Amino acid sequence: MSGHGESFAELPVAPKPPLRRFHQARWDEPIIFELSRPGRRGIAVPQAEGPGVELPASVRREHAPKLPEMSQLHVLRHYLRLSQENLGFDLNIDVGQGTCTMKYSPKVNDLFAKATNPLHPHQHEDTVQGVLEIYWRMERMLAEISGMSRVSLQPGSGSAAIYANIAMIRAYHNANGGEHRDQVITTMFSHPSNAACAKTAGYEVITLMPDAEGLPDIEALKAAIGPRTAALMITNPEDTGVFNSRIKEFVDLVHSVGGLACYDQANANGILGITRARDVGFDLCHFNLHKTFSTPHSCGGPAAGACGVAPALEPFLPEPTVDRVEFDGNERFVLKYPEKSVGKIRPFLGVTPNVVRAYAWIMSLGAEGLRQVAETAVLNNNYLMHKILQIPGASVPWNSRHVEQARYSWQQLSEETGVHSEEIGTRAADFGVHYWTSHHPYLVPEPFTLEPTESYAKEDLDEYAAILAHVADEARRDPEFVKGAPYNQTIHKIDMTSLDDPKQWAPTWRAYVRKHLSGQG
Amino acid sequence: MFTVGFVVNPVAGLGGSAGLKGSDGTDVQREALARGARPRAGERAAQAVRTLLARRPGVRIATVPGPMGVEGAHELVRPPAPHHPEPGRIAGGVGLTTAEDTRAAVAALADVDLLLFAGGDGTARDVLDAVQELGEAAPPVLGIPAGVKVYSGCFAISPATAGFVAADFDGTTAEAEVVDLDEELYRRGEVSPRLYGSLRVPAARAALSGRKAGSSATAEGTVEGIAREVVATMRPGIRYVLGPGATTLAVGRELGLATTLLGVDVVERGGSGFGGVGGVVVGADVSEPELFELVRGERSALVLSVIGGQGFVLGRGNQQVSPRVLDAVRAGGGELIVLATQQKLATLNGRPLLADTGDEETDSKLSGHARVITGYRESTIYRICPASEEFQI
Repeated sequence: MSGHGESFAELPVAPKPPLRRFHQARWDEPIIFELSRPGRRGIAVPQAEGPGVELPASVRREHAPKLPEMSQLHVLRHYLRLSQENLGFDLNIDVGQGTCTMKYSPKVNDLFAKATNPLHPHQHEDTVQGVLEIYWRMERMLAEISGMSRVSLQPGSGSAAIYANIAMIRAYHNANGGEHRDQVITTMFSHPSNAACAKTAGYEVITLMPDAEGLPDIEALKAAIGPRTAALMITNPEDTGVFNSRIKEFVDLVHSVGGLACYDQANANGILGITRARDVGFDLCHFNLHKTFSTPHSCGGPAAGACGVAPALEPFLPEPTVDRVEFDGNERFVLKYPEKSVGKIRPFLGVTPNVVRAYAWIMSLGAEGLRQVAETAVLNNNYLMHKILQIPGASVPWNSRHVEQARYSWQQLSEETGVHSEEIGTRAADFGVHYWTSHHPYLVPEPFTLEPTESYAKEDLDEYAAILAHVADEARRDPEFVKGAPYNQTIHKIDMTSLDDPKQWAPTWRAYVRKHLSGQG
Repeated sequence: MFTVGFVVNPVAGLGGSAGLKGSDGTDVQREALARGARPRAGERAAQAVRTLLARRPGVRIATVPGPMGVEGAHELVRPPAPHHPEPGRIAGGVGLTTAEDTRAAVAALADVDLLLFAGGDGTARDVLDAVQELGEAAPPVLGIPAGVKVYSGCFAISPATAGFVAADFDGTTAEAEVVDLDEELYRRGEVSPRLYGSLRVPAARAALSGRKAGSSATAEGTVEGIAREVVATMRPGIRYVLGPGATTLAVGRELGLATTLLGVDVVERGGSGFGGVGGVVVGADVSEPELFELVRGERSALVLSVIGGQGFVLGRGNQQVSPRVLDAVRAGGGELIVLATQQKLATLNGRPLLADTGDEETDSKLSGHARVITGYRESTIYRICPASEEFQI
């Protein structure tokens, strides 16, 4: 749709137009279960020689699992096609997935992670000293990065890590005569998992709204704290990318009433090596290794978290911890079970391959490298912000300095053209990029959130900004055309209403068959 | 010389404290007066005049004589054509005027630089009619909120703010919507706002109250959660005053009570029977005097919702909750429980909740932070301030 009318006749190979003439593959690929054919096999396993083993009836299943029956080629082709119908990190300029911290996951780290494949979680610790040492060293590095005394790598990331922290907060208060503390305070621009996990753990949630500067209203915090306060769970910088420079006052206020302060550092990309959670008095924090520490996002799959605590919270850490002991003059790594542990959040030790990937990433950078990551991410964000704000109709609320991301608004463009932020993002997908708007409810009208990490080069950011500028211009010239997008994508618009209708939800193929296919025909 | 015209709809707001939901039509106005309502539009217009004169001393004020004018005007314009041969003076000292009188007064003041009118959505419709008749000759206008329902976007958020905006007016205007409800349907519990048109108002976005935004249909589950939370914290022996709105109606429903959508109801929670849920309606759709009698000397609490887009908690659609009712509730140790979905608070764009009871002292007593219930076991602490203090440049 772009670059039409330009002359490419001068050179044997025509130069590329300023905007990519992208077109996503469309394979109309069915669900893998629909591709299954009875009896088809990927591998013909030879009949085992020797005597057969009779499994006891108690462990034998009555019916074979309904797995898709496919050949190797069909499996390979299926997943390659799906990957082409996708805008994954390795294909697009993924700065539009704001708050998700999309950064390059070095492929070499997959090789190191692969080395852990032969390990079994039930192996005796004497036989896995190497991987336990990695856990221990990784913990020490994260403790240094956060200022916390201990860090557990046992929980998953995101909500699993936040839940681990709220579980420790509850255990701490219960052990210290604070059973009556039943309120958790969070903020509107903190990740909503903080409110969700606190509520899941049985707490009443008080959410502070932003003040006129876009920061959580400290006067409201003063009114909210009291003897019922269990904890403050807060992100900083918040989703807006604005750093709350009064954060120490927030922590001190909560401490003054006996509450704990918990720092959601899932995304610590803008502050690595610059500021530390413990230095302003936080009692707990967590990291998502797939955000700041470069392990793959894996569609929300096997990500690993890290929960850091101050000394007073150590007895409540998830189990097991990995400790170093001296034994006969030698260093040994052992599993320990803290006396008042909140238990296991994930099975076994945690997600070992991702701990190895993140360990390799930190080791490759060193302390200076980590700080450079933050500085480059902040520089990239401010460069992109400068470019975006030159687009007529785009703005960023609260004229404050931004750290690693920014939540922008198309309010003016939308008022002038009738085109909404979602529609602009969908049209951008015709150029091979995308963006995310905002968590709900939308406090910023017509929002979009961009977060260029340290992974991107200047020309990537220039291309991304040029695409948005082009689409904004299209919105003015032909709003209906933008509203009709996408044109170059795998599928057209998605009807989102099913997301609000539990009757239509089908998280598995089995549920889809039961809800939508059975009883038909 | 910069001239600001003033028109007062003296009957605006009469029906509010009387629990009549509006003041359209002389029958309703007579009924309101019979129920003890006092006119307040004149006083609210005078507030705006005082602020205007304090901020821009040399300004010329033009108004019409009689009940549709304001006191303290420097210049009287020729009188509006009296619609009634005998403006019905009755006890309370108010002349009952009609839509035609409003239109005539606007026409008489057509050559001012800015015309302020005190009234509600009904008055705004009459002004819109007059402006449309005048066409190009019509001045920009601005509403001084004085009606029962002030849902249109052409009103300042308080009388003082109207004075400020008038004083700072530099000729730049924007369009603002005029919406109104059919009061007959509204009294029967049907909310059917209709867009009548738009008026040219001073461009001062933050100072205008904005058009009302209702509870959205998708927030249904959240509203139920809010109701459950309110009922969970209710204690027997306390009179809960439920203000108008879909959110407070859900509280009544959660208690198993048929409370009214648009009226002010007083309920009590039942004792330990039926799992502790259930209750009684002590007073349904009460007027201000009835409400005062129900809370005086009793332990009570106020449960009020927020007008989306505007932020009003008091003074819009719930004038029954008067300054003396608030004092009585406070004397009984009662708290103010504010209900709003997060979505609704988001429509305020960081602006505070507003109180505009008509008594500045009462409003300033509410100033500070209020707990706002946003869902089941979910709340926020949100700034509330007198409407007259918000937007003082």
